Amino acid sequence: MTDEPRFEHPPEEAATSYLADGYSLRSWFLTTDHKRIALLYLVSITFFFLVGAGAAALIRLDLLTPQGDLLSNDGYNRAFSIHGIVMVWFFLIPAIPNVLGNFLVPIMIGARDLAFPRLNLLSWYIYILSGLLTLYVVVGGGVDTGWTFYTPLSSVYANGAVVATIVAVFISGFSTILTGLNFIVTIHKLRAPGMTWSRLPLFIWSHYAVSIIFVLATPVLAITLLLVAAERLIGIGVFDPRLGGDPLLFQHLFWFYSHPAVYIMVLPALGVVSELITAAAHKRIFGYWFVAFASIAIAVIGFMVWGHHMFVSGQSVYASAVFSFLSIAVAVPSAIKVYNWTVTLYKADIAIDAPLLFALGFIGLFVAGGLTGLMLAMLAIDVHVTDTYFVVAHFHYIMVGGSVTAFFGGLHFWWPKITGRLYNETLARIAAILILIGFNITFFPQFMLGYEGMPRRYHVYPPEFQVLHVISSMGAALLAIGYAMPAVYLIWSLLPGGRRAPANPWGASGLEWTTSSPPPQHNFIGQPVVVRQPYDYPLAHPVSRDDG
Amino acid sequence: MSGTVRLLLAWAALMALLALTLGAAFLPLGPAKPWIAFAIATAKAALVLWFFMEMRSERGLARLAMLAGFVWLAILFALTATDYLTRAWMT
Repeated sequence: MTDEPRFEHPPEEAATSYLADGYSLRSWFLTTDHKRIALLYLVSITFFFLVGAGAAALIRLDLLTPQGDLLSNDGYNRAFSIHGIVMVWFFLIPAIPNVLGNFLVPIMIGARDLAFPRLNLLSWYIYILSGLLTLYVVVGGGVDTGWTFYTPLSSVYANGAVVATIVAVFISGFSTILTGLNFIVTIHKLRAPGMTWSRLPLFIWSHYAVSIIFVLATPVLAITLLLVAAERLIGIGVFDPRLGGDPLLFQHLFWFYSHPAVYIMVLPALGVVSELITAAAHKRIFGYWFVAFASIAIAVIGFMVWGHHMFVSGQSVYASAVFSFLSIAVAVPSAIKVYNWTVTLYKADIAIDAPLLFALGFIGLFVAGGLTGLMLAMLAIDVHVTDTYFVVAHFHYIMVGGSVTAFFGGLHFWWPKITGRLYNETLARIAAILILIGFNITFFPQFMLGYEGMPRRYHVYPPEFQVLHVISSMGAALLAIGYAMPAVYLIWSLLPGGRRAPANPWGASGLEWTTSSPPPQHNFIGQPVVVRQPYDYPLAHPVSRDDG
Repeated sequence: MSGTVRLLLAWAALMALLALTLGAAFLPLGPAKPWIAFAIATAKAALVLWFFMEMRSERGLARLAMLAGFVWLAILFALTATDYLTRAWMT
């Protein structure tokens, strides 16, 4: 153990925490403090998570019986459409970047705030505006296109509030782009002295990679959806063959955004897990540069794989072969990360706290989702299981098993830093295990359902599928309990008398753990100077959780 | 030339190119028609980038960021073309 300090900066004096810096509504709704904006996002995405979860509950209840006794055909279409739209654009995409990223990116690089604090606040207001419009759609009749808005269903035949939904998603895209722009400029321009690119935490690398996707992919979705709205309203011939258009063009443009959007959800999760693994192992990450550049590689190659969503659409088989190869290639950087996390844990002095349990759950679910993704990247298997529950299970393993589990892991890991409070560790461990079990009971039967031929987006199905559907719905109930538990004990920790968190309850490295919990308004007292490599364990002065 | 005059000239050029787009749409240009439309559109985009987005006075990182946009556009076009250009091979 070395006595040399990892970072050099003036000692933390008693400073007003960002939470104590004003209690009025104005101090929250007009704040430009990235930490408060992160909390605004946390409350907002939690609300939309509940909306999306409510739709999911309706879907799972309806699927308990083969006749679809709960919802009408139209009602079922609307339920899964709202579930997808809300969960993708109003929960999954903003969850980690806008909550954890907003809070941590400036602190991790030793900055006072993001490069454009007002733009950050504007981003939240744009998100809220688009969210309100989506809620209007929910109560005003719904939409029945699915979250994918495929033409000609969306442009000609759908009878829901298609244009309003498209406008909502279009507006939310600006929020995303502004966040990406803010992160890119902040990471380039506001790093503390000594915070070189080789010293960046992997959380920052993954947020840099995801910001590239935000900025480069989102405009394509915006234009594509506007074209759908224009075709629906004034009949321009872009996607309608009767007017000289091509419906497959929509799928090319949509998936050019929406496949990278999967990486938008996963890349920040990969960054979170790198932090959780190293903190739990108290070891430098194995192969720092490989993990860092794997994020960039996933971001870039992720743009070249979209055609695997179109293998049975009528796309040229030659194009499909190219996309199949590229889709398999993107598994390589993902696998590098998994191997490196595993090696990092090898022979480590591991602290099995809730964040690590979430991280381990993430790795297992991400591997299952990734390997089934490889199956789907192969033409012959994909033809067999396209538009079945196999695909539904696969992307839920990645987007829920991966991203949501990592989000919960990150929330638990940084909760003491964000709020200055410690939660009940035993309950947190139970919740982590319950979520893992509940998730697998919910979604693993869906692999079997899909492989047996149960199509997605149908609520009337042959009776032989009922047993697996009932198991899946039971798992969803367990999963709901697992997700509800943190809401209880995390809020409980905020009540008067809750245990106070020390600056570094995990004994973790990283600039964020050198400032007080919660941090002062400008994150640090004075300018931190970074003098050591990232994940430079063992720390000079580790502080265990029990010392707090 | 002052900045305002330069921007006005760029705007006038954009309007001229818009008229050209409209005119070209009515000309019997055959298979060359979309390529001419693409060429005019590219010229418009270049004018916007160079003058209105001030790439003419930017250096280094900002130009690299602009270039990244084009690279990604090239990915979109190239991989989409793998579909459209090979559909006829399937009989």
